[in-house]
Amino acid sequence: MPLNIRTYHDLTEPDRSGLPGQIAAQRRRVAARLAGVGRVVAVMSGKGGVGKSFATAGLGRALALAGRTTGVLDADFNGPTIPALLHIPVARCALRNDAIEPAVSSDGVRCFSMALLLQDGRPLGFRGPEAESHVWRETLEAATLREFLADVAWGTLDRLLVDLPPGIQRFQELVDLLPAPPAVLTVTIPTAESRDAVRRAMQFAQERGAQLLGVVENMVDGPFAGDAGEALAGEFRVPLLARIPWHPSPDVWDGVARRMQRAS
Amino acid sequence: MKFLCVECDRQMVFEERQLPGDGTLAAAFRCPQCGRAVGLLTNPMETQLVASLGVKIGGTTIEPQPLETVRGMITTGRDDAFADGTRDPGPGIRWSTAAEERLARVPNFVRGMVKKIYADYAKERGLVEITPAVMDSARSELGLEGM
Repeated sequence: MPLNIRTYHDLTEPDRSGLPGQIAAQRRRVAARLAGVGRVVAVMSGKGGVGKSFATAGLGRALALAGRTTGVLDADFNGPTIPALLHIPVARCALRNDAIEPAVSSDGVRCFSMALLLQDGRPLGFRGPEAESHVWRETLEAATLREFLADVAWGTLDRLLVDLPPGIQRFQELVDLLPAPPAVLTVTIPTAESRDAVRRAMQFAQERGAQLLGVVENMVDGPFAGDAGEALAGEFRVPLLARIPWHPSPDVWDGVARRMQRAS
Repeated sequence: MKFLCVECDRQMVFEERQLPGDGTLAAAFRCPQCGRAVGLLTNPMETQLVASLGVKIGGTTIEPQPLETVRGMITTGRDDAFADGTRDPGPGIRWSTAAEERLARVPNFVRGMVKKIYADYAKERGLVEITPAVMDSARSELGLEGM
């Protein structure tokens, strides 16, 4: 005879573990920390090697030099490069009450990155059972993103740029964590292969309610042929914010920053 | 995850957690009506999944430390990544020699945070000295796997 038992949602008694409550508290912590941030902008691409971090750093520096308080969260935990691109030396992270102080570049960009925490040349390693580590590793990286958002003293910012690794997984985690979907700046190179991969990422972002701010086409007039930037901008009806040449001048990012500000 | 005493139709209440240090976790839940207890035993994979979410079965009584999951889980962190290696444990709290020796075996990447957590635990309970026994209690009560 089957047991007539109540199921999970039938139970209403107080629960000391309160796991859903712990998750909710984590989300509140993120929201509270980012309350002073005007806008979170995810820099993404469905393609690797197109210069997302290069664009993020250049844009962050240009925004800061234009008087906008700017932060950069390096969400590429396995290949962090933002501190190097912002010329931030690795130094001890300072604690202030309930948060870690971000590193600050000479241009005034606040930054936090896994590169500030890892031993030189060592990959990101997590404690845990080696077998089937794919089951828990992505969850741990999502927790890392949550703590980088919630536990760094970002303060008041006009823009927090989030430099995402290739693909869409980290973007989904960001959407899950933020109170509202971030705006998205997309980076591509001119080729048709990049266009196709970036199209998927832009579609993914749009379906999750993100505002697409525009496309930056990188590595133009170099060895890569194509019109991916223009094609994607036309297809998604967003501005082509810039076509960055193979050897850009430092001030190229000023124009991108201005156009991105107008788009948002 | 919840446990129901089917005979009493009462939700069982979390009572105790043990972390034997081999990656597994044991938690006891008791029926508030008949007093029957059951044990939840998780294997290292299951323990890791829960820890990866940054939550603790049985809850916790102290506020999370900044980057608590990151610092508790990363194995390739720089020894000098954080400037909190010698954080003041707080007024009125001292460390026994044995506890200090045990703390010294914790990787520097996470040591300052662990020290702060144990100090907060002791302060919350009105303890004036942190000993290995206090550290063991804190590990179980706060779910500090690997600390």
